[in-house]
Amino acid sequence: MNYHWNWSIFWQLSPDGVHTYFTTLMLGTGWTLTTSACAFAIALVFGSVIGVLRTAPFPWAARLGNAYVELFRNVPLLVQMFLWYFVLPEVVPRPVGDWLKQLPDASFYTAVVALGLYMSARIAEQVRAGILSLPRGQRLASLALGMTLPQAYAFVLLPMAYRILLPPLTSELLNTIKNSAVALTIGLMELTARARAMQEYSFQVFEAFTAATIIYIVINLLVTFAMRLVERKLAVPGYLGFRAPAAGH
Amino acid sequence: MFSNFDFGEIVRSLPYLFYTGMTFTLLLTALATAIGIVVGTLLALMRLSGVPILTIPATGYVNLMRSVPFVLMIFWFYFLVPYIGQWVTFSAQPIQVGAFASCLVTFTLFEAAFFCEIMRAGIQSIPRGQVAAAQALGMTYPMVMGYVVLPQAFRNMVPVLLTQTIVLFQDTSLVYVIAVTDFLGAASKVAERDGRLVEMYTFAACVYFVISFAASRGVQLLQRRIAIIR
Repeated sequence: MNYHWNWSIFWQLSPDGVHTYFTTLMLGTGWTLTTSACAFAIALVFGSVIGVLRTAPFPWAARLGNAYVELFRNVPLLVQMFLWYFVLPEVVPRPVGDWLKQLPDASFYTAVVALGLYMSARIAEQVRAGILSLPRGQRLASLALGMTLPQAYAFVLLPMAYRILLPPLTSELLNTIKNSAVALTIGLMELTARARAMQEYSFQVFEAFTAATIIYIVINLLVTFAMRLVERKLAVPGYLGFRAPAAGH
Repeated sequence: MFSNFDFGEIVRSLPYLFYTGMTFTLLLTALATAIGIVVGTLLALMRLSGVPILTIPATGYVNLMRSVPFVLMIFWFYFLVPYIGQWVTFSAQPIQVGAFASCLVTFTLFEAAFFCEIMRAGIQSIPRGQVAAAQALGMTYPMVMGYVVLPQAFRNMVPVLLTQTIVLFQDTSLVYVIAVTDFLGAASKVAERDGRLVEMYTFAACVYFVISFAASRGVQLLQRRIAIIR
């Protein structure tokens, strides 16, 4: 091997003249987390609405929901990012397009919207599966008690579905964080992009990518750990995931 | 809005998009799936072997691949593959590998982790009694796996494996980050050369949609046909 390792590279000044390479990676981590958090919020809202529509007793709603999911699932995320970033400003009326193009941090907003809607199709699938996994009697019972359909969803079906869905939602959150790396193609300086930039300027390929890999793994572990705690708190008694609170023996 | 949408631009670039771009995309998808399933099955067998020296590396590898972004892994392998080649062939220099070989190694090794999880679920779906029965008949481990467990596991998992292949097909667009000319790469080169981003990216999205949608419908049909009635 004629590769020269140099782990002290992280403490050297990066070409921006202000930050060390380590700080640039941390800034990238910040962008990764911010983008993922905002995108996941959008994904949860849209995914829940679409998931509910797909289980609602109106054929048009189910069809609309299915079309939405198929549309966002069958186009690669990268292509969707390009559509939002390059195509959207050209096809909307000119003043709006100009405003979009001049937006500061345009790649951040684009990434949040593109990633959020892309993930929302996946979350819609989960929410639909969660609602359908509930016994039919729960919907019938809430309607029989005089609840309207929106009330049945808001007070009975969705609270149960979310609690059952926590484990799959955790992995969708992790997927959101991983997929945020695709935003580097539209110029978002998130973690992978910073590692790539560090590699280009310093030629220390493997150090840069090792650091990024470790940061992603740490994020992964922290999210998994935090969600485990939440899962344990919110597990529905009687379901397999539920562990009875430790009783004193 | 679409007043200056130039369909001619799309028509003119069709041969390049499909002959150069789509061939690359489909070939990469097919080969990476085929080799990925083989490697993934081996990883699954390692994970289920119960022998720590096999379980620990396989589990570690799969968890590593599943916790980092694919884009980062593409970069990793793009720089790592020449060194792996050097190590395998005992040459003095890192060897130059072509774009296709580099992408193939990346996709195979990355997707193998996901195929591993699918095959593991498939193997675990086989009742334990079948293994016991096969062993009682005097079958060795390779025979139990080869004649009894894997054929059934594979059959049960065909729909999931094919769905993962559609995901892989969409993921191939990510080779854009190392400037390889796959379908999207070809579209993006034309788009940038002629300043026709709207036309090319819209067309690319439609093509990806049609192929993925048709394929997933096909998987649904297949799933209904091959389902084992229990």
